[in-house]
Amino acid sequence: MEKLRYERPVINKIKAGVPDKFGMNTKIKIMPEIEGIPVKDIINKYGSPVFVLSEPKIRETYQEAHRAFSSRYPKVQFAWSYKTNYLDAICKIYHDEGSWAEVVSGFEYDKALANGVPGSKILFNGPDKNDEDLLKAIENSSFIHIDHFDELYSIIRLTKNTDKKAKVAIRINMDTGIYPQWDRFGFNYENGEAWNAINRIMLSENLDLVGLHTHIGTYIMSANAYAVAASKLAELAVRTNRKFNHNIKYIDMGGGFASKNTLKGAYLPGKDTCPSFDDYAEAITSALINSEIAPDNLPILFLETGRALIDEAGYVLGTILANKRLSNARRSTIVDIGVNMLFTSFWYEHEIYPAQECSLQTEDTAIYGPLCMNIDILREAIQFPLLQKGDHVVIPRVGAYNMTQWMQFITLRPNILLIDRDKNIQIIRKKETNEVFKQMERVPDHLK
Amino acid sequence: MKIKSNIAVSDNGFVFDPNTGDSYNLNNTAAEILQMLKSGKEETEIIKVFAKKYDVDETTFEQNFYDFLGMLNHYNLVEENRG
Repeated sequence: MEKLRYERPVINKIKAGVPDKFGMNTKIKIMPEIEGIPVKDIINKYGSPVFVLSEPKIRETYQEAHRAFSSRYPKVQFAWSYKTNYLDAICKIYHDEGSWAEVVSGFEYDKALANGVPGSKILFNGPDKNDEDLLKAIENSSFIHIDHFDELYSIIRLTKNTDKKAKVAIRINMDTGIYPQWDRFGFNYENGEAWNAINRIMLSENLDLVGLHTHIGTYIMSANAYAVAASKLAELAVRTNRKFNHNIKYIDMGGGFASKNTLKGAYLPGKDTCPSFDDYAEAITSALINSEIAPDNLPILFLETGRALIDEAGYVLGTILANKRLSNARRSTIVDIGVNMLFTSFWYEHEIYPAQECSLQTEDTAIYGPLCMNIDILREAIQFPLLQKGDHVVIPRVGAYNMTQWMQFITLRPNILLIDRDKNIQIIRKKETNEVFKQMERVPDHLK
Repeated sequence: MKIKSNIAVSDNGFVFDPNTGDSYNLNNTAAEILQMLKSGKEETEIIKVFAKKYDVDETTFEQNFYDFLGMLNHYNLVEENRG
């Protein structure tokens, strides 16, 4: 006799209270496969947990974003934000699509060069550029986005010993009507510091002011803030032209576009509230086209969006380690994905889906990672189906920042896979081994 | 473990506790277990019946079963242990 399908017994108290205006989902979404490849097969072969990135999704999202801008504005150039995900394979996909590189450290700068990006297609941001970094950038004709006056004067000093002109832009912070206003990077617009910096650069023979840059914040849910920022940059470009008869070649709007993840504390899910690429593009390009910049002098529009391009293409697959009851009888589930490798769980209410069929029954569940640390929480409370030890789960939208900000803590970082356009799985970063860590450690003689 | 005699359990898994006015939902397996408990079946017997009838091994079911009994106890649906 064939046995009946089993489901863990569960009892849920019916709570009368304020009704949820969205109602309950009638169906639990499952994610049994990534790009058509079963999650179970991936985990069996490459271990659990494991990160998976989809090359088709990366390219599709990039093209969607590029189309949104290039269909509205004549000169558009994306620069891949290395800090968002600087795995070489990932960077090379963006470069292959036509992206330049946007880097924020000497380490990232060298990575971009090693990835075959010519120095003249690197935008060098960030507050930390030492003399060696700056000299290299000057020699390679990279675009240096100056963050502060100390850096500006370092460049002036360094260019005295070289016959190359430094190609520079300044980073500008400003009030765009959103909170928080980021004012720690670059020169302020409202108090006149940015204009002072422009004047100082224009008076220097060895510096060529080619661009104006801003990066108004991160996960910006208001497209209008970008319109305000673009208008202010355009105004500076017009003033520069008027005073020095000098055309600004590009305006760089930075990044900060929101992905569809839901921020902690948000009332509505991110996928319902975040502006689309078209919304951002409309705001930015309208502001530039409607500005006083003469149509013949329209600057190239640079975009450094990272999160919104890659988040959707990344997944982490994991396994249920245990189910427990908390002191108040709530269910807690421990998975093998910890906050050490899923840094973004500090900001987002990550969606977590079962990778196998399950019934409609759910329980109010807290989902914890495997670390022996109280902060290792993926979800404080989620209506979660009745999974058993050994079942698999998928967390989507983890492509941004996790693979650069992750920490090696009490365990080794897992494999990162890429599903290519032919649906082949490629390892793009190998799981770490104890040997890797041993190589870097030294034990003094007296302790041997 | 004995379910309190005045607890009402419907066939489709709806539970009403007249002592508190609280109601509960059960899934199919939970409803079946509750009916067995109400009819006085022993715990070991229930485990055997389930392992035979459902696609589950005894160890897994035992673990889930005692977790479920813990929940019944938490919601005060069982007679207090005398002894």
